[in-house]
Amino acid sequence: MKMKKTERILLGHGGGGKLSRNLIDNEIVTRFATDGPLVGLPDGASLQIGSENLVFSTDSFVVSPLEFPGGDIGRLAVHGTVNDVSVSGAKPLWLSLALIIEEGLEISVLRRILDSIKEASDEIGVKIVTGDTKVVARGQCDRLFINTAGIGKKIPNLNTGVNRIKHGDVVLTSGTLGDHGMAIMAAREKLTLNNKLLSDTGSVHRLVAAAAKWAEGVKFMRDPTRGGIASVLGEIVENESFGIVLKEEKIPYNPDARAVAEVLGIDLMHVACEGRMLLVCSSDIAENVLSAWKALPEGAGAEIIGKVTNDKGRVILETLIGGRRMVDIPQGELLPRIC
Amino acid sequence: MKYIDGFRNHLAAKAITKDIHELASKLSEKNIEARIMEVCGSHTMSIARYGIRQILPKNVRLISGPGCPVCVTDAAYIDAAIILAEERAVHIATFGDMLKVPGSSRTLADARGAGGNIHVCYSPLDAVKLAKENPLEQFVFLGIGFETTVPPVISIIKKAKAEKLTNISILTAFKLVPPALEALAQDKDVAVNAFLLPAHVSAIIGAEAYTDFVKRHNISSVIAGFEPLDILLGIKGLLQQLVQGKVELVNQYTRVVKNQGNRVALNLMDTYLKPSDASWRGIGTIPQSGLILRDEYADYDASKKYNVSTQGGTPDKRCRCGDVLRGIIFPDECPLFNKECTPLFPIGPCMVSSEGSCAAYYKYSR
Repeated sequence: MKMKKTERILLGHGGGGKLSRNLIDNEIVTRFATDGPLVGLPDGASLQIGSENLVFSTDSFVVSPLEFPGGDIGRLAVHGTVNDVSVSGAKPLWLSLALIIEEGLEISVLRRILDSIKEASDEIGVKIVTGDTKVVARGQCDRLFINTAGIGKKIPNLNTGVNRIKHGDVVLTSGTLGDHGMAIMAAREKLTLNNKLLSDTGSVHRLVAAAAKWAEGVKFMRDPTRGGIASVLGEIVENESFGIVLKEEKIPYNPDARAVAEVLGIDLMHVACEGRMLLVCSSDIAENVLSAWKALPEGAGAEIIGKVTNDKGRVILETLIGGRRMVDIPQGELLPRIC
Repeated sequence: MKYIDGFRNHLAAKAITKDIHELASKLSEKNIEARIMEVCGSHTMSIARYGIRQILPKNVRLISGPGCPVCVTDAAYIDAAIILAEERAVHIATFGDMLKVPGSSRTLADARGAGGNIHVCYSPLDAVKLAKENPLEQFVFLGIGFETTVPPVISIIKKAKAEKLTNISILTAFKLVPPALEALAQDKDVAVNAFLLPAHVSAIIGAEAYTDFVKRHNISSVIAGFEPLDILLGIKGLLQQLVQGKVELVNQYTRVVKNQGNRVALNLMDTYLKPSDASWRGIGTIPQSGLILRDEYADYDASKKYNVSTQGGTPDKRCRCGDVLRGIIFPDECPLFNKECTPLFPIGPCMVSSEGSCAAYYKYSR
């Protein structure tokens, strides 16, 4: 078979789909994930120091526009890392904050974003404990890039992992899917067809804490960011003896997000959220987790959307009209179709 | 969205599906297989997205036709766009689907990665905006599409004239649906006994554009919308005709498609464009199936302005997109399908566009 090699980094390498996976598998995993906590590429590293179990995670933020309906890059930078620490089964405690600022950025914009970082971290109860500031010449970054890293303390008995998932388990979402990605695209493309659509950027730490009451039955947690739920679920079932069947009518979508997705020809299952989580748990605790989530404002839109089946290695959608189709991991960039 | 949801209603779908099964069993008593070609890529996509193939009876086959404008774009056209970007330092503005279409050896995404200025636009007018903001640079918009997409693309010229911009032009590869239907109906290898006719293309050209075609070829045809219930109703209508041995043109999509079509759009096209022979990737040249700019608009014609040819090109010979587009094989019957040819590294254009038959098969039905 003819080998195809892409010689340069393409934008699609950052899209959260198969191209991203290939890059990470070929270039990162081979060098760094041969042993230790990085094996299996969890959202955060589980580390033990003495008798303390900690989780450590990091994320970089390059969103454009910096300020968008429902949030800004500052809130996103706090939530993104807090969520990675949280879905790794830990209570987030400390964050680092590194800013890369482009020459010419209005100080007023920077102030607003720093204020949101303060506000978001105060709401969650995490502390910014270390940081760094760099300024680069005009054109060397796009206004402002942020990196955060976070440390959290492991919640006892909350041991999740794909290996714990079994036939008969159920899949929950904490709310509507794809709002963030569509809000950003609508803002970027100045689509004025709806002005109500807000990013879902938010923290999932309380959702994790709520589910932890039934820690034994919680099998897997993940926040579906780039690549959407299709990516997360596709990665769960890959090479496994089980599959996942989703019911389209149960998947909650915001009508405004759907409108943008229809116009751009994008499948919302491929679109990023920044304040939602997916959880796989045993069926006996599913209703408990669901009602605990629904009692929280960030979980008000929670639904049970599917179950784990013996459809080996596949994610299948039972469509609104009763058909069945595969849900595939997105490939590269999300490209709007032409007609 | 409420309006759309009405056409995705579960109970209504169930009722129509039941009718379809009843009609199909009448057909099977007569030993007839319904071989329905959906001509439009958006139909292909919707059929896959809602799992429609899976709920149909065995003797009702849906065959995907050449209705994705990206899929029928010649390799030479992509080569020309890459030459413009890399050798002439022109900025290319394009709809996103085009980035991954393989030319003779590379794609526009490769050219962008290598430093070419290639901009993804959601609207052709974005390209005008780019040209206006960067008066020292040259811009070429990739004019791909069927009747639906042509009017907004050529509105670039109107806008550029109004703004007195001389740094933007269009590389045209516009295609027309009726001549392609004609070629399919004449092609003896294409064994279909019914056509599901396109929705949005028909909204532009009007239902009456097909009247002669249906009579001449004596083939049952229904114009249908893109929502799942539209498609199911369209299939039901075609089966009714086959059961009754009737042939007629039915417009199921009357909420959008009028008999006369969209006069404003048709006049706009006629002002700027004239028909010409066009090369369809995998199919070959179909007479009078393309549109090129009239001579008086040569300044906006990138192929003249830069003297580049969009003819020739050497696509991978093993690719069977042409047979897929003519409904001779199903995508998974191509030896490259899901082996060397995947959406990540497509070899044929049908694997590129989200509306391509192979991509739809890969994504939803493997």
